[in-house]
Amino acid sequence: MKSPHVLAAALGATATVGLLAGCTSNDKAAKGDPRHVSVTSSADACELTATSAPSGHLTFAVKNTGSQVTEFYLLAEDGLRIVGEVENIGPGITRELVTTAGPGTYVTACKPGMKGAGIRAAFQVDDSGEDVAPTGDVATQVKQATKNYQAYVRDQSAQLLTKTVQFADAYKAGDDDRARQLYTDARVHWERIETVAESFGDLDPRMDAREADVEPGQKWTGWHRMEKDLWPQRAKGYTPMTPAQRTTMANDLVANTTTLDKRVRTMSFTVDQIANGSRGLLEEVATGKVTGEEEYWSRTDLYDFQANVDGARVAFDGLRPVVDKRNPALAKTIDSRFVALQKLLDKHRQGDTGFVGYDALTPAQVRELADAVTALSEPLSKLTAAVVG
Amino acid sequence: MTEPEATEGLSRRTLLRGGIAAAAGAAAFGAGFGTGRGTAAETPAPGGAGAAYAFGGPHPAGIVTPAQDRLHFAAFDVTSRSRADLRALLAAWGDAAERMMRGEGAGPAGPTSGPYDAPPDDTGEAIGLPPAGLTITIGFGPSLFDGRFGLADRRPGPLRRLPHFPGDTLDPARSDGDLCVQACADDPQVAVHAVRNLARIGFGTTTVRWSQLGFGRTSSTTSDQVTPRNLFGFKDGTANIKADETAALDQHVWVGADQYPEAPWFAGGSFLVSRRISMTIETWDQQSLRDQENIIGRSKSEGAPMSGGGEFAEPDFALKGRGGTPIIDAASHVAMAHPTRNDGVRILRRGYNFVDGSTHLGRLDAGLFFIAFVNDPTTHYIPMQTEMAKRDLLVEYLRHTGSGLFAVPPGPRPGERFADTLFA
Repeated sequence: MKSPHVLAAALGATATVGLLAGCTSNDKAAKGDPRHVSVTSSADACELTATSAPSGHLTFAVKNTGSQVTEFYLLAEDGLRIVGEVENIGPGITRELVTTAGPGTYVTACKPGMKGAGIRAAFQVDDSGEDVAPTGDVATQVKQATKNYQAYVRDQSAQLLTKTVQFADAYKAGDDDRARQLYTDARVHWERIETVAESFGDLDPRMDAREADVEPGQKWTGWHRMEKDLWPQRAKGYTPMTPAQRTTMANDLVANTTTLDKRVRTMSFTVDQIANGSRGLLEEVATGKVTGEEEYWSRTDLYDFQANVDGARVAFDGLRPVVDKRNPALAKTIDSRFVALQKLLDKHRQGDTGFVGYDALTPAQVRELADAVTALSEPLSKLTAAVVG
Repeated sequence: MTEPEATEGLSRRTLLRGGIAAAAGAAAFGAGFGTGRGTAAETPAPGGAGAAYAFGGPHPAGIVTPAQDRLHFAAFDVTSRSRADLRALLAAWGDAAERMMRGEGAGPAGPTSGPYDAPPDDTGEAIGLPPAGLTITIGFGPSLFDGRFGLADRRPGPLRRLPHFPGDTLDPARSDGDLCVQACADDPQVAVHAVRNLARIGFGTTTVRWSQLGFGRTSSTTSDQVTPRNLFGFKDGTANIKADETAALDQHVWVGADQYPEAPWFAGGSFLVSRRISMTIETWDQQSLRDQENIIGRSKSEGAPMSGGGEFAEPDFALKGRGGTPIIDAASHVAMAHPTRNDGVRILRRGYNFVDGSTHLGRLDAGLFFIAFVNDPTTHYIPMQTEMAKRDLLVEYLRHTGSGLFAVPPGPRPGERFADTLFA
């Protein structure tokens, strides 16, 4: 915590920079980092501390001194193609744009009020000799990655619907053995795209709520309600559902899954969403699966664990060509940690596609898995910045 | 006396060194307060190692008192079935609290006096330490009014176990209790000393149900305190009710004279809500700065609302950003907790960070020990928490692992002992 005196001194010395973030930024600029440019966006001006920079990773610290929300853009020479942007900068706020730029002429633009073409100026990036990947190449790869991921999500959603219908039929017919098998089979497809599937605030509480998530007065429905009915061993004094209740519950799940599938079909994804999704799936593992909380009744957490990892891996693999260009060291680290985690998971396989129950794991094995998850999620959290940067 | 005096009083050792020194200490104590003990809780003295506050007064100590840096909070169950035992215990706790807040020992003799063949009536680890702004705040849980002590008809209406909120994963061993003690001080050893000695006085009548250590206050209760940061690295509680907002305190925090006719003993007191909120620290640390700021609704650097201005600027929830969507996410923490989203209610927060080592998975067992004071939890806490548990973006990184609701009566009036009015 900086004291008010330090703040006041910093403000007095440099009128153009922001508070805490601004101080740091300005320190860098003051130290002569030519790749760090401070930008002041006021009501009618867009002032940069430099009009050129060496090629490579550039940082623009944009301070909004106006009274309206502003944006800042780094555009290609044609003034159309966006190289980097930072949006929604509220009055008095400082935000940084970190981007990679090769040698050439660019256009900077502040857009107070978020309207019109903005206040534009030319910006020169000089050749520093640093290797910056040609942007055209990456753009193609990005396009391919988003297309592939969209296809993957649609495919998983379609399989989820098919298997859910099969599950519902077996469950309604009282074929519990088959229903238990289909429960894990179907949920694998949910878990592979969990960050997408759970993004609908109206469907998720009805489909995937655990008992503790339910609020007073709300009816508990969805996968985990039927899980408890199929694996009541850990429930005290449990009353099984009647055939009529089972039918209502199963039909409800099929209806919601149908709605979900319909919505997923219209979705498209940006690279940052894909990268965030990959990281998000590992978070699901860290907070729900490795702790044995997700499948409290069936103890089939490792199936979900594997499915989350599958989904994260697909998302990463799709972005791999982009990451290889932008940050090859990061790509290698993530890759090796996926391999290490998979090796640990494989130790707990049972049969062709199955896994042992969560209770079969020793505390040391759980710890080992948790450590491997953390080891992977840390570099994975840097993926988004690498693909958008 | 050869030892240097603390800024506003005497060190414990000086105070405790026998009769003459004790008399001198009492005089220094009176001078230090200036306004006298009866009103000290209303006009907080400036903080600091030498600061000392009074236990008695029209409102409980430890609520608007400038938030100290350290906490030891304990919940107790009453093991005796005797009303007289309970009454005697509360009176004895009040006496000890008053002494310890002055910087004296828990008992009248002190840690190094009394019969040589008996254990001292104070445990001694605070010898030589200043009062450190110690406040002791004692509350009554709903279960105290269950009929064991003939108090069932004196329970304030809203004093019931908090309902189950969506996502709650409460540990019964960290929740509830017949009684609670909140000990806050600027020195951790002073806070621990207070709870340890009160627990000792209670042996045979009460048993400790659970206790929690906290550090790094997460709220400011006076306007001159800098807003601290929570373990997510953000400023928290910027909009807290401050000690100088007397109208807001009367409206939201202090129980009115006729607010609960069934519990006249409670007038001037407040409800204490405690929630042990675990944070998934490692997962949070992997969120991008963009997401962190969006989830909180404030900038990480200075705590300004995303709509702009400085830390204390009023958030503008209508301000639109790109694509016409509000610049402050409607489900951000700042939006969810704002009075405009909660029927205009405000709460007085007094929480602390906690780190109880690491979990079996090697993660920090850490979070926020949330404490709030309100005059009616059914209007001032339960609706807000119900909404936040469902919608607040931050909830994904939180897990409520402990819960408690207690009624804190005002301090004793001159000539009375603590909780006399509860049994009157």
